[in-house]
Amino acid sequence: MEKETCTFSFCKKPEIETVETDLLLIGGGMACCGAAFEGARWANPKKMKITMVDKAATDRSGAVAMGLSAINTYMGENDPADYVKMVRNDLMGIIREDLVYDLGRHVDDSVQLFEEWGLPIWKMGDDGFSLDGFQAKEAGKVSLKDGGKPVRSGKWQIMINGESYKVIVAEAAKKALETNRAATGVKQNHYERVFIVKLYKDAKEPNRVAAAAGFSVRENKIYVFKAKAMVLAAGGAVNVFRPRSTQEGQGRAWYPVWNSGSGYALGLQAGAELTMMENRFVPARFKDGYGPVGAWFLFFKAKATNSLGEDYCTKADALAEAKAKYGKYVDNLGTAIRNHLMMRDMKLGKGPILMRTDEAMAAINKTFKEKLGDKEGAKKVKHLEAEAWEDFLDMAIGQAGLWASKNIEPDKTPSEIMPTEPYLLGSHAGCAGFWCCGPDDLGAPEEWNKKWPAGNYNRHSTVQGLFMCGDICGASGHKFSSGSHAEGRIAAKSAIAFILDHPNYTPTIKETEDHLAAELYLPFEVYEKHKTYTTDTSTNPHYIKPKMLQTRLQKISDEYFGGISTWYMTSKTMLDEGLRQLQMLKEDTSKMAASNLHELMRCWENYHRILSVEAHARHILFREESRYPGYYYRGDFDLVDDTNWKAFVNSKYDMEKDTWEVKKVPYVQMVEDAAPVKH
Amino acid sequence: MPSYVITEKCDGCKAQDKTACQYICPNDLMTLNRDLMKAYNQEPEQCWECYNCVKICPQQAIEVRAYQDFAPLGANVIPMRGTDSIMWTIKFRNGILKRFKFPIRTTAEGSVDPYKGKPEVDMAKLKQPGFFTTSKAMPVIKK
Repeated sequence: MEKETCTFSFCKKPEIETVETDLLLIGGGMACCGAAFEGARWANPKKMKITMVDKAATDRSGAVAMGLSAINTYMGENDPADYVKMVRNDLMGIIREDLVYDLGRHVDDSVQLFEEWGLPIWKMGDDGFSLDGFQAKEAGKVSLKDGGKPVRSGKWQIMINGESYKVIVAEAAKKALETNRAATGVKQNHYERVFIVKLYKDAKEPNRVAAAAGFSVRENKIYVFKAKAMVLAAGGAVNVFRPRSTQEGQGRAWYPVWNSGSGYALGLQAGAELTMMENRFVPARFKDGYGPVGAWFLFFKAKATNSLGEDYCTKADALAEAKAKYGKYVDNLGTAIRNHLMMRDMKLGKGPILMRTDEAMAAINKTFKEKLGDKEGAKKVKHLEAEAWEDFLDMAIGQAGLWASKNIEPDKTPSEIMPTEPYLLGSHAGCAGFWCCGPDDLGAPEEWNKKWPAGNYNRHSTVQGLFMCGDICGASGHKFSSGSHAEGRIAAKSAIAFILDHPNYTPTIKETEDHLAAELYLPFEVYEKHKTYTTDTSTNPHYIKPKMLQTRLQKISDEYFGGISTWYMTSKTMLDEGLRQLQMLKEDTSKMAASNLHELMRCWENYHRILSVEAHARHILFREESRYPGYYYRGDFDLVDDTNWKAFVNSKYDMEKDTWEVKKVPYVQMVEDAAPVKH
Repeated sequence: MPSYVITEKCDGCKAQDKTACQYICPNDLMTLNRDLMKAYNQEPEQCWECYNCVKICPQQAIEVRAYQDFAPLGANVIPMRGTDSIMWTIKFRNGILKRFKFPIRTTAEGSVDPYKGKPEVDMAKLKQPGFFTTSKAMPVIKK
């Protein structure tokens, strides 16, 4: 098949602007907002330039764009070592404990700043009932920083009124960038609606990143950012597997639909080593609306059962069967194992699985009325009902709409829950990402810090000058929003140290500006060249539009890499065939076509999705066991095999040769085992 | 639930320097039809229902209609976002109405002064754990 190239014979050549900066922040979500806040403070006295590039508007970009009803990582009185144990348990025993501990000891500072900036945080009232952010202030409750007692929905989670969470965090980041402009005299250092497509290596130093190229989604303009270091936090990968919803419902992904795997694709194309890309997350959520279940489980103490009223997590035969295959990991009932047990009942026809919201509300109603009398009890129940709705309205408004559409009042009717399609991410309950340098004061192996080949800087990837955080710093899940912000701060601070340690460096790339423009605008050239060949531009043998690129990717990953259609089941033979088909899809990307800037963004987003999925499939293929039952199964190795596979799986992509190297890396336990859990 | 724009209410943000919904949509969906000077959602199947366009629209011209591949018709969820709180009106298919009001922030919009009262950086601590705001020693893993 003939490859297409762009010579600007058919599409118009865009304006090209080169921006030179010291530290480039790619992304505008929680992690890069943290990076801007911390980074600017260290950079300003040295007059170092910081530049943030966001593909959307930073007020509402990234995973927290809609808002959140809880902050899932706040240590408070807890020991970060216990946090390590929880994360390790939930992620089936294999995490980078140095990174997780480090996150745990840093995260609270960010949460306390959020409150200072204006985020309303619930506090415990004197009567033992919760106060929202306003009531707490009126009641004179002190801030978290001064020892205020948050409302815990779980050991690590605190409740917030988080509709404007991202707006508030973005405001601080934008103000921080403003101080950097004042310190450096730079006119612009915050670019919104600029989508970064690719990173480029330095012309003289082969393992150093030197530039990032992207385009404006608003005008015909290419940007080349040359930087001495970069903090990459461009999110996980959503809509990479065929979703359960069809047609317009596909937008209601559980994780943000605009997370297109750019974080993974940008880093892996630059040759950064990946880790645990076999990991995925399949959350069990309210069916179709994908509303959060955490508050219902933890805060309202609701139970999930099959339709016969049985708790599928306590059945002896199911537990024994799971234990025979997945061993000790069944004892602690982590998220993956609970999914596994739920799906077992679904396959036995005992669905739908129901969240018993009605029973939980009835129990609460009874307790409150007994404790407070009918009148006061009813008042508290009403407040609690509002809290339940707020849980959706803050972070999954569509779920509130779905309940309203189906006349579901949670105190009267239970609601279906169901495992979703798979997602790739590293900040929520998943750990797919890059292999990064950790802190050197925690007793981790020196290969993870002092002997780090690219240089001992916390969150440094294996490519010099490229720092990772948020969804793409691997083997260290359960950061969530607050942890991503804190990790962005850690990454930016060490990137500043890296830049200061290399004072004579000037980034140069071998590619010309014209070359970059031609590469990024290829989908325009392809479209303009062929569009008149057929009477309808949507069907044309010479190109593929981004929508069908995505559809084909989803079909391949779903059918061969363990999506919903096979109940998350795959195997070597399935993976091999899927990878053959994925290779042809990758080749076809040279014929992806865009008729406008919006489609150009969709083309490259889907290119990023394809690379993310390839990494995922290659890791699953390499790991000959089923480490994450309930998320995916290898039918040919349906067991957790600690003897051979209690190890990281790392990989490296060679973009020039289009080849992958995958290897096993030893796991090292740093925090002792938790005491066994009794059931 | 993809967002939709009510023809009569949308004025294309003529009086503003940019179209509000187009500015805010995290997924680049809202776009302006320049012939009609009305906004529309150009890719409803990529809409996350984050409601940011609904909340920001100065004309309250944008609402959301449930995804029809799984939601029955007839309900709606409408926010009114103020400077410090948000009001929600939820109408069920069977006509039940629920109204809620929640805080959104405890400070005035634009009032964040990120470094006010914060320590200056100590360059000697650049390579140590902790942030520029950290005053206590950072804990380590106890053996």
